[in-house]
Amino acid sequence: MASFKSTKIPIYPKLGEKVTPDTLYWKNYKAPVQIKEFGAVTSIDFSSLAPHNYAVTASTRIHIYGPFSTEPVKTFTRFKDTAYSGKFRSDGQLLVAGCEDSVVRLFDVSGKVALRVFKGHTKGVHVTDFTSDCYHILTGSDDYTCRLWDIPNSTELTSYKEHTDYIRCGTTSKLNRDIFITGSYDHTLRVFDARVEKSVMTMDHSQPVESVLLYPSEGLLVSAGGRYVKVWDLLKGGQPLVSLKNHHKTVTCLSLSSNGQRLLSASLDRHVKIYNTTNYKVVHNFDYAASILSLALAPDDESIVVGMTNGVLSIKHRKSPEEKREMVGKQRMQPVYRIFVKGRNYVPKKDDFLVSKPVKSHLAKYDKQLKKFNISKALDTALESWRRNRKPEITVAVMKELDRRGTLKNALAGRDEQNLSQLLNFLIGNVVDPRFTPVLVTATEMILDIYQAVVGQSSVVDRQLVRLQELVEREVDYQQDLLEVLGMLDTLFATSLPRKEVPCPGSSRPNGLAEGSLGAPGPQLQAA
Amino acid sequence: MVVHAEIRMVHRGGSKINFREPVITHDSRFLLCAAGESVNVYSTSTEEYVHDLQGHTDLVTGVVLNPSNHLQVYSCSADGTVRLWDFTDAILIKTFIIGYPIYSIYVSEKHGGVVFLVVPMANYKSSELFQLVAVHLPHSGDQEVEARELSAVLCDVSHHPGAASFGREGEYIAAVKGLQLEVFFFKKQKSYRFSLKSGMKKGAKNAFTCVSCHPKEDCIATGHEDGKIRMWRNFNQKKEYTYSTLHWHHGAVNTLCFTPEGTNLLSGGIESVLVHWHYTQENQKDFLPRLGAAITHIAVSPDGSLFCTSHSDNKITIIQSCVKVSAVIQGLVKGDGVWTNLIIDPRSKALVLNGKPGHLQFYSLHHDKQLYNLDIVQQEYIHEEGLDQFEVVKAAFDARGDWLATVEERRKKGAELEINLKLWAYDELTQSFVLNTTVTAPHEDRITAMFFSPSPETTMLVTTSLDGHFKAWLLADHSDANEGFWACDFVGGYHLLKPGCCSFSADGSLLSVGFQEVVTVWSPASWELLTTLSQPPGAIRDLCFGRLSCSKYLLGASTKNQLCCWNLLTCSLEWSTPMDVSLLQTDPLSENIAAFCSQSGSSDLFVFKPSEPRPLYSQKALCTGKVQHAVFAPRDQMLESCEERTQWLNRSQLYFLTQHMDLLTFSTKTEEDRLLASSKQLMVDDSVAVTPFYLLLGKHRGQQLEKQEALTNPMAERTQLPQGSIAIKELLHTPAHVLPSASFLCAMFVRSLLISSSSARFKSGLWLYHSRTLRLVSDMYCQLRDQIISN
Repeated sequence: MASFKSTKIPIYPKLGEKVTPDTLYWKNYKAPVQIKEFGAVTSIDFSSLAPHNYAVTASTRIHIYGPFSTEPVKTFTRFKDTAYSGKFRSDGQLLVAGCEDSVVRLFDVSGKVALRVFKGHTKGVHVTDFTSDCYHILTGSDDYTCRLWDIPNSTELTSYKEHTDYIRCGTTSKLNRDIFITGSYDHTLRVFDARVEKSVMTMDHSQPVESVLLYPSEGLLVSAGGRYVKVWDLLKGGQPLVSLKNHHKTVTCLSLSSNGQRLLSASLDRHVKIYNTTNYKVVHNFDYAASILSLALAPDDESIVVGMTNGVLSIKHRKSPEEKREMVGKQRMQPVYRIFVKGRNYVPKKDDFLVSKPVKSHLAKYDKQLKKFNISKALDTALESWRRNRKPEITVAVMKELDRRGTLKNALAGRDEQNLSQLLNFLIGNVVDPRFTPVLVTATEMILDIYQAVVGQSSVVDRQLVRLQELVEREVDYQQDLLEVLGMLDTLFATSLPRKEVPCPGSSRPNGLAEGSLGAPGPQLQAA
Repeated sequence: MVVHAEIRMVHRGGSKINFREPVITHDSRFLLCAAGESVNVYSTSTEEYVHDLQGHTDLVTGVVLNPSNHLQVYSCSADGTVRLWDFTDAILIKTFIIGYPIYSIYVSEKHGGVVFLVVPMANYKSSELFQLVAVHLPHSGDQEVEARELSAVLCDVSHHPGAASFGREGEYIAAVKGLQLEVFFFKKQKSYRFSLKSGMKKGAKNAFTCVSCHPKEDCIATGHEDGKIRMWRNFNQKKEYTYSTLHWHHGAVNTLCFTPEGTNLLSGGIESVLVHWHYTQENQKDFLPRLGAAITHIAVSPDGSLFCTSHSDNKITIIQSCVKVSAVIQGLVKGDGVWTNLIIDPRSKALVLNGKPGHLQFYSLHHDKQLYNLDIVQQEYIHEEGLDQFEVVKAAFDARGDWLATVEERRKKGAELEINLKLWAYDELTQSFVLNTTVTAPHEDRITAMFFSPSPETTMLVTTSLDGHFKAWLLADHSDANEGFWACDFVGGYHLLKPGCCSFSADGSLLSVGFQEVVTVWSPASWELLTTLSQPPGAIRDLCFGRLSCSKYLLGASTKNQLCCWNLLTCSLEWSTPMDVSLLQTDPLSENIAAFCSQSGSSDLFVFKPSEPRPLYSQKALCTGKVQHAVFAPRDQMLESCEERTQWLNRSQLYFLTQHMDLLTFSTKTEEDRLLASSKQLMVDDSVAVTPFYLLLGKHRGQQLEKQEALTNPMAERTQLPQGSIAIKELLHTPAHVLPSASFLCAMFVRSLLISSSSARFKSGLWLYHSRTLRLVSDMYCQLRDQIISN
């Protein structure tokens, strides 16, 4: 004697991304804090000094924020025009910024007035950076030149005029005080050595370069421009390694995660993509509300700061371990019925007489009714509002089971107006769902058969029937369109595949059909 | 058949044990049931097969206990004999020759020495008219007795064994047929008939199906087509009879049975629920639901403690006091049809085929016993006639037995087909298959063939379907912690033709798919179409690759009476022969291929190698009807037969299933000898319940006891020694008239008793031994002389 077999509820595959260690890591951030700036946020730079303040360049100001503050802890406002590229020195004491008015200013982080003012560029300066020895400054400007300045003397050391368009990005080597790299709208990346008169290496990105990034080892260089992110091997003389095209608008900013294992790219298409640096596959993706211009990660990935064109600065902080534990604890606190069954954990002692009681298997309510052949009640239970709305697959599975038993018609019959409208509502909501269509179409046909005599007696039901009809008509049109598209695609695939000759056996036997070539195994619609 | 005397066709998989009502013996220890041409004896407590009563030459149609001796049993058969057996020792006591085929047997305590039989009416031998006759069994010392004195009791009765029953203390007998109940009183020698209206209105079907009489009171219970049970009382007159109706069954009542004290009435039908009506409170009833399949017979032990129910799936369930199923005796389930091929499970070497509805049964061929049922559909089975049920239509194992693939389908009337493809992984822990992946609607139409790739590197499944595609399924990478699932890897087609069959080469490097008239050969590694072969006209029905040395050949059977063999190296036809081959089957362990041809209502078998022009073995008129499925089952022990005719049976055995669901196989002489020897070894004392434990432990313990005895009493061992010797056997078991002279025998016998001097162990007590031996010899000699004189 077997026990009752409960109704099988099919598990439908969840659409969406798969859970990987990466998604777990990158999803572990709190809801973003948003700060409104005065204009588009063009640059964000983290100080390497302990509290890890960060400088945000937007419009004519540079704000310095503390790691958890929503108000700026310091503001530099002495710019005549739009400021660009506020950068901390590696010791966190000094800050340099370019400006649209071609003047480069150097600030003490604690002061307000510029310590040094470097004049010499003829157009706006979009790129500034400190060299690794902390005594020089690199600047790149819209006048196609890049220059090195001496901080103590506030004099210009060298000037290179090799680019033929605006210089919009650049970076200095952290290992060698003389080497720096600039990227320009003339589609090239150039590597300069301050000890040499000319550039030592040139790479062609073939799009206006928006951002460059050196790996900590400085063997690899990443450049972003247009929709492409390209990786270059500097040790092999600037050989292109990979070209990534995962964004559909210009990539504006690049960043590395703290351990150097993940590369982040931000784009005007409002996405931040995270790549694995070993195979350059996208492992995660962030969406933002507006086009992104700048992106920075705090040391240890503690926070992700993103600046957007609409002047919003979005800061995501990593969840602390305590908060994580709290979440788990909350889940565990939910009452579980079986835990509270008295004497459940009782271990029988040596002399106890054991009375074995058959373990009753728990059946769902609809299964209990199906077991007793109470078909209408089973359908009613399955149509309860929360089940109908939250888990339509249960309702459909019960309908399917009733259909298998040949009693669906009986279960659907004999319903009053309220019950019927409930049923019709469910059908309207789910009949075009491809997971449920086969079952629900049968049920719909049965309902129409049963209740055609009472059409016109209730306005509610009539309205729903009209809605159902419209829905079905719309779905039919939609499916027809889809089939047309499929047909077009089939012809495209068939023409794109090379015709392959089937080796014809050289026998004397007639083998008439062998001459026909293979019908292209084109894409087939896989039934869900 | 005479020509192929060395190869014999034998039935396998047991016979129907649910054909007639089983009988429980007085002490409730054994259960007897008719099984084909013999009566099987089972132990009720352990459900083990004890022995069988063999002797009938046709179907056994009834078994009843002898009312005057509860250690004896009567059996009747369609061969026209009634036999009396001692069932504990399986000894045939007497044979009564009746001369007519017998359909059922009834006995009563009151009518000692008389059996009541249902035989065809003498004048209408061919027609479907039967009569109930009383036969006085003559007392005589002979083994075979002719009992031709038949006296008719009732004419025109049903041949169904449940359609007649003895009433209180054998005073009357009640029989039902159609819409009529007839009660015959022996004292008055008068019968009364009670008819019901046909009642065709309101859908009522009043026809009687079965009858049972109360053992203590005058009450008859009858079952009806529409599920009603009527209790008849006051029926010893024409007018004033009454009946009350009990109704629970929604299908026909198949069987009814009163308990020995008459307190309860048991009924069963297609719902597979045993209903337990209380006789005094008729609206009170208990149920024992979900017994597995429709109940065909119910029997109660004479003391009322055990019930047993026979089911339509060839099963007998033993139930203790109406609450607990204590044992299940299960034969090879013979359902309505077998849709899956016959498959051999590579792990357990069991035969796998459709079992209970929605199940696959694993049947051990070597032990002739069902191992277990695997629930494939996993849905509550609704026992109702005319309902479309899910059926397992295809099943396949991969080469190592790690994966099982099944296809189940349900064809709704007028609606679309529902198909599920399920993949099962073998779980070492539970020793059974666990569902891994379910693919709903893998194809848009019926699946025609399904095979796993035999290559050990990849687990790949190929399905072909009438929707014009074949699909390859692969196990997705299981890099994650949880194990992988199956997904579609490739969809192929050829000119929108419908593929009907497919086959993998032995190493899995080639896949051939038969698209109607065209055979396409693909490479599963790259999914390239390598070549196409065709031999029109006639669609390809079956395909198979040669094995081992013949692996370059591809064989195809077409519908237009042609068997073709292509050479894959030259892509040309090697040979073809006009043969209407319905089934091709390759032996996995040799090059042999078996082809079943259907010709004018019967099937022929040819076993051949593709490379040789002469068939190894052929058998005309194998069986009537078409052979449905066949399989080569590898033997667990290789046979060493050198004869050319039987060599093909050395490594594996060919099993096949006929149209009538008979599982047949070929057996050779050497094999039968071996079987006989092993069955002798297994003889056990049946006073102890036979369980697998007993077989293991009992034998062991017996040996231990013997050893102990031998240790305590060294003399005992010696006196016992000669008993088992061959010389004594020869002496006592050879018929006396062929024995040589006594003096010659004696010399030979004494020589056999002498112990070779090398066994030093016996030297010490040698003189004692000799004296004993001499005494023994003299005893033997006397015995022998007596025997010779008596003969």
